[in-house]
Amino acid sequence: MNKVMLEVRELTTKYITRFREDVYAVDHVSLKVEEGKSLGIAGESGCGKSTLALSLMGYYFAPLHYTSGEIIIDGRNISKMDPDDIRKSILGTEIAYIPQGAMNSLNPTLKIIHFIEDVFQAHDQYKSKQEIHEFARQAFGTLGLPAEVLQKYPVELSGGMKQRTVIAVSVLLFPKVLIADEPSSALDVTSQKMVIKMLKNLMKDGFIKSMIFITHELPLLYNVTDDIMVMYAGQIVENGTAKEAVFDPLHPYAKGLMGSIIVPESGLRDCKLTAIPGVPPNLKNPPSGCRFAERCKYVIPACKAISVGMRDLESGRAFRCIFTENELREAYNKEACQNAR
Amino acid sequence: MKHTIQQVFRSGKFLFGFVIFIALLLTTFLYPLIIRYSPLEIIAQGTFFPPGIYVSTYDSINSPTKYILNLDEAAANRIANKLSNTDRQALKDWLVADGIPEEEIDITDTANLIYLWTNNYDPNLDVAGMTLAKSRYYQRLDISLKGILSTEGVIIATNNPQTGILEQTGVVNQSDYVNINQVANVRVLPLGTDNFGRDVLTELVKATTVSLQIGLVAGTVATLIGLSLGLLAGYVGGLMDDIIMFFTNIFTVIPPFVLLILISFSIGQEHRGPFTIAVVIGFTSWYWTTRAVRAQVISLRNRDHVNLSKLSGHSVIHIIIADILPYVASYVVMAFILQISSGILTEAGLSILGLGPRTTEVPTLGLMMQWAMIYQAQILGKWWAYFPVIVVIALITFSMNLMNTGLDQVFNPALRD
Amino acid sequence: MPDEKDKCLSASGLTKVFGVGSQKCVAVDHVDFDLCTNDVVSIVGESGSGKTTFAKLLLGLINPTEGEVYFQGKKRDIRTQRKKREYWKNIQAIFQDPYSSYNIFNKIDSVLLDCIYMRGGRLLPNAKKVELMVEACSFVNLKYEELTNKYPFELSGGQMQRLMIARIFLLKPKILLADEPTSMIDACSRATILDMLMQLRTEIGMTVIFITHDIGLAYYVSDVVYIMERGKFVESGSADAVILTPREPYTQRLISDVPKIHEAWDLSTV
Repeated sequence: MNKVMLEVRELTTKYITRFREDVYAVDHVSLKVEEGKSLGIAGESGCGKSTLALSLMGYYFAPLHYTSGEIIIDGRNISKMDPDDIRKSILGTEIAYIPQGAMNSLNPTLKIIHFIEDVFQAHDQYKSKQEIHEFARQAFGTLGLPAEVLQKYPVELSGGMKQRTVIAVSVLLFPKVLIADEPSSALDVTSQKMVIKMLKNLMKDGFIKSMIFITHELPLLYNVTDDIMVMYAGQIVENGTAKEAVFDPLHPYAKGLMGSIIVPESGLRDCKLTAIPGVPPNLKNPPSGCRFAERCKYVIPACKAISVGMRDLESGRAFRCIFTENELREAYNKEACQNAR
Repeated sequence: MKHTIQQVFRSGKFLFGFVIFIALLLTTFLYPLIIRYSPLEIIAQGTFFPPGIYVSTYDSINSPTKYILNLDEAAANRIANKLSNTDRQALKDWLVADGIPEEEIDITDTANLIYLWTNNYDPNLDVAGMTLAKSRYYQRLDISLKGILSTEGVIIATNNPQTGILEQTGVVNQSDYVNINQVANVRVLPLGTDNFGRDVLTELVKATTVSLQIGLVAGTVATLIGLSLGLLAGYVGGLMDDIIMFFTNIFTVIPPFVLLILISFSIGQEHRGPFTIAVVIGFTSWYWTTRAVRAQVISLRNRDHVNLSKLSGHSVIHIIIADILPYVASYVVMAFILQISSGILTEAGLSILGLGPRTTEVPTLGLMMQWAMIYQAQILGKWWAYFPVIVVIALITFSMNLMNTGLDQVFNPALRD
Repeated sequence: MPDEKDKCLSASGLTKVFGVGSQKCVAVDHVDFDLCTNDVVSIVGESGSGKTTFAKLLLGLINPTEGEVYFQGKKRDIRTQRKKREYWKNIQAIFQDPYSSYNIFNKIDSVLLDCIYMRGGRLLPNAKKVELMVEACSFVNLKYEELTNKYPFELSGGQMQRLMIARIFLLKPKILLADEPTSMIDACSRATILDMLMQLRTEIGMTVIFITHDIGLAYYVSDVVYIMERGKFVESGSADAVILTPREPYTQRLISDVPKIHEAWDLSTV
């Protein structure tokens, strides 16, 4: 058992809208990331994965508010810390966060090296400019980025290079956990591959100790992360190792999601992609009971009445369903036979 | 649409500007209904009468009912009105020279001052260093003070038509008062008169109406031209775009004010009515609307819904009106508002130079400024001839710009604070 | 074999150049293209490869600088508005972003009514028009009664894209050009859209051209695949041939850069 880098217990955060309504975008989420491991969070648009990423840092600003739960980074409970303390001592040094579209948010008037100087100064690190430059050059070299990039402006870099620069800068302070939110979705496939390769090497090169990777593209998660967690409507519905989650999903939503993966491999043309009708529920008034019940093929009346917690299995997996593991497997087998006929 | 209007009225800035503008409009509508005489009617003989209530002295003397009021401060008010600051200072100087300590004399306290003076003044006293002229001055001051303090009234005398001799017909005592509502001729002039002797307030209201009309016409002309040229240039592109841009660039490069001056001058005084001026102003300010609309249309014409409209077989005119125009409408409304306010300002500028509408028909805000300037109101200190005009111009422009900013925030969510 | 089947749309030497002089940009570079009736064809390319420009050229929304397009064996002539309308009765499109495909100021009924008018149904009685619209909506699992008199922003992305398919159902064109139809749709709803398109194809005998950057999608759905790079077709052939046994290095690189599940994803080649 490795040391736990990030542990989250029953975290709940909410948005307060303009009309003073509460939207619980993250609802009692618990997860654990160990040292040397990476966790992938999969889900579709609106499931709350980006909000979860923001909430994990403990840095809340309106309209996002913390409601309850605990976040523990390497033994340190940061749930109720003051925002200023979080900014000074947690952001960048303990947790680094790369938001969606980060590469388009680089200040166009600053050279990359000036941006790096800014980062160091903001964290009260008293290094001289020479030291910063030398350190940056070495770090970029290790990460496979050419040193000329440091002297360029963001507009002079290609999309893939910008994203890799952003990733490199965010790990310069050796954070324990790196949270990357859709780091490659706006890039072409070749740049995407470069970014993924870089992310996988970050742990090996010692820049970070663990990683959380958020995306809606499942083939990426399968190739990058050790564990996968599936989110739906603000709740976790399944987690397990990458292999288990992709090839043997238990929760009906996870099964539907894995069944809609398209990869250019032989055998794809004979498969039938699964489709899940309907839309995710509106989180302003979440349905009582299971949030997936409306769209589920295996729904029974009890699903809509009873709210189910996560079922933990001995293998370490967990899923959220009123049925047991065996009941679900039976149902899936029956359906597979019917489809084969 | 309803949703948009709701949002628009929720914007604080827009509401504020809108309220001011509506207040101005209501005033221009309601005022002529109450006050019915012509604004250009010359009612005063003389220039720049100050603001105030003008009561006919003749009628108040011959008023049917006289009221007798015994007011304590009447005498003091009378003297206070009559004694200027220089006179008071002179009285104080004499008393100090007479030997009364300076701290006891307060020139603002009229009663005390008069009391000290009547008790101590001696016309025969020789004050060291006083010239003869000065001592005569003190004597005259003393006599006039005694006149005020006396309780005799003023004698009214008329010529006897038969004998031709002045005969006393009445006495007006100091305690006689008339009720102003019973006086036959009273005129309230809150802003006094201008140099020609015309009521400034009535003139101002009429001028605001005319200027707003000019602004509206100029704005409409400019926006219509700008919108149609911009739509055509942006959507059709190619040669049409080049031709329209050619003319737009010419108009951009030539300073519009110079162009206006030249056109105004060449039209000649007789043909320059307010409507003509408005149209001319509209014709010289359409170019920036054209450019802005064209830029928007160019970015709109490659949108998916336009392509889909083409694929559905709609004609070019239909696409421009149904698929492009509504998307630029919000911008055009804002441009229209700005055109109105700049039209008003341009007309004011032209009129100050003397190239505005004819001066004999209607006043405009600019014309009022011009008259004030020519007749040197600012040098003579007659603030009522130009200052209210400035305030009104500022209010109109301010309210329109505020509405514009409010609308901008509604239509462009990125600008919301 | 392509020679035996009916060629409904072809292009030869099709070229489109933007700009002049030093800023010249050749978006589509002397492309030859053959589309057989009832085929499903995918054109795969990265952004900047010129595939959207090529699609617009085929649709007739832009005019080529050089080259010819042949429709049903004859040279295509769409110089007048009337000829364009005739052409567009046979070829239609679905675009990528359902949100920007609608005029936000018009109710969605107008979209369907436009299609009815295009097929000459302007003089039909109202009841018949409504009947046609109800039929089209039910084909895509939407209820007309729930949608009528609504504005586009009141619908979800999936509903809007399905309404676009309903529009195609009403128009019944011979050729459909789908430009990234599922890239803005959730993964779970993708299969629905694709199934509907394929069902439409079987019912009307439509030919479908997919334009996409997702090579997996192209493999799943099409019979013939073209790979486009910088305005040229670098490889073409049946889906199995191009994806499982690619010949050109560009295609091989493209396939190896996509993450796999059952096969190992080799990260060392980048």
